[in-house]
Amino acid sequence: MKIPTLREVATETRLLLIGIPVFLWTMIPIYHMFLFAISPKEDAFSGKLWPDHPTLHNFEIVFKQQHYFLRDFYVQFWNSLVIAAAVGVLTLFIATAAAFSISRLRVPGGRIVMNLALFTYFIPAAFLAVPMYRTMGNYGLLNNHWALILAMVTIASPYAIWVLKQASDKLPVELDEAAVMDGATTLQIFRLVYLPLMMPSLVAIGTYAVLLAWNEYLYAFLLLSNDREITLPVALGNFLAADDSPWELLMTTGFIYALPPAAIYYAFRRYMVGGLTAGAVKS
Amino acid sequence: MAITLSDDHAIPSPPLAPRLTTAQVWGIVLIAPYLLVFLAFVVYPVCYGLWLARAPSNYVALYNDPIFARAAVNTLIFLVIGINIKMLIALFLSGFFAQQRTWIRWLSVIFILPWAVPSIPTILSVRFMLNPEWGMVNHLIFNLTGDDGPNWLNDPTVALTMAIGVHIWKSLPFWTLILMTGRLAIAQDLFEAAEVDGASWWQKFRYITWPSLQTLYITCSLLSMIWTLGDFNSVYLLTGGGPADLTHVLSTLGIRYLRLDQLSLAMASIVCAIPFVLPLMYFMMKRLSR
Repeated sequence: MKIPTLREVATETRLLLIGIPVFLWTMIPIYHMFLFAISPKEDAFSGKLWPDHPTLHNFEIVFKQQHYFLRDFYVQFWNSLVIAAAVGVLTLFIATAAAFSISRLRVPGGRIVMNLALFTYFIPAAFLAVPMYRTMGNYGLLNNHWALILAMVTIASPYAIWVLKQASDKLPVELDEAAVMDGATTLQIFRLVYLPLMMPSLVAIGTYAVLLAWNEYLYAFLLLSNDREITLPVALGNFLAADDSPWELLMTTGFIYALPPAAIYYAFRRYMVGGLTAGAVKS
Repeated sequence: MAITLSDDHAIPSPPLAPRLTTAQVWGIVLIAPYLLVFLAFVVYPVCYGLWLARAPSNYVALYNDPIFARAAVNTLIFLVIGINIKMLIALFLSGFFAQQRTWIRWLSVIFILPWAVPSIPTILSVRFMLNPEWGMVNHLIFNLTGDDGPNWLNDPTVALTMAIGVHIWKSLPFWTLILMTGRLAIAQDLFEAAEVDGASWWQKFRYITWPSLQTLYITCSLLSMIWTLGDFNSVYLLTGGGPADLTHVLSTLGIRYLRLDQLSLAMASIVCAIPFVLPLMYFMMKRLSR
């Protein structure tokens, strides 16, 4: 083994001096959440760095819905799941169709539509929420899952269309021409040539839309209010309504709620980093 | 819409039948779903919202509402200070994470967590850490010094600082990742040549890294500004706009008016931000639609 030189040691030390604070900064809020999830109430409120009696009892309470705030846990989990899945599917459908139309079929006015979509992408989400709330009221959709699904599709699709259009612009035109020569109809080109080639971007966009919908708090809490219609994040926010909120249960539920997106993110990381960040900011 | 005149101008009977190729028909059919979503959930709400905010009395009411002035100042602080600090740290850390070390690669996997997990549980976790009586932070302060820690979220300046901190915690990984991608795209032989010439760390940054990263850095800052304007969670979940409505930003203020059933006031407060947001939006659109 090579003995490190003094200079190498110095560099490594300097890197560690950055790395350790970065690690602590990142992990403390997450560790604190985890700590609450495995602590009985007395330990959680005593500010200890590790509980005297670590327990999984909080998870049991959540999974058996044994608390006033948790009585609809499974329904709310299911709502989050259904809404996220619906947003993923709808966004993929709408954005793929639009990107194919703009990029491959060169539909008249396609460029204008692309610009309008981009414009929407840059409206700050919390600003659009105010008129969106009223609009959903006018459409009679308040307290209906469709309100949240459609709102999230509206927010997710501009970026989806943009990323998919960038990706499909890179596919050679000759592919379509060859398929037309062989007598393929437009739909066949879409299904048999376009979709298979676009798979990596479609995975990235599907994941993006699902995570966006699963994580959304503001729109969910504006558009849904009935206890059996709300999604998990809204239910978490409702914990704060009480003066003596059961924080250890709130953190346990939050921990369970945070696991699926983290797992999905890490599972699809390769697609996410390649497909999204390359498109996110083109310099 | 491509409306082609029929070849036979002499015969007027079939009146200007639009002749589209099958591909164009499919093009219109496939883009229609998005257009419908756009009309129903962007055009209609925006127009309706602007119409609601038309009465000048709304702006007089806003002008007279001290909470609005405070929120505008807070938003400005959030944007100018928060984003610059965040982007500078991201720029610095992107250099750190670009180092080829196994442990740094592992750290970068962990570092992305704040961005990958939903904000509500983590922000609420921070909120409890800062609780003056039971929070971990004040327990630590008490154990170390024997004094009671400050009442963190009860002081508007400290509370707003904490909200900015939460915002940075949440979005720093994303921007670091983007800037790191930018850094890794710089040709390595430039650095090797500089090394041979005996360039210092600062000179390498000043004359190689920064010139290649500059445009990306500015684009990221502007995009981050737009997104931060729409960041409702960091302030709402940490401070709820309190104490005494002193830590609101424009995004939480709009929702506050909405919840108080003052929809036109909510819209008016957003309309006031349009002159600042629109140039940013226009600039970003230009940049991305090339």
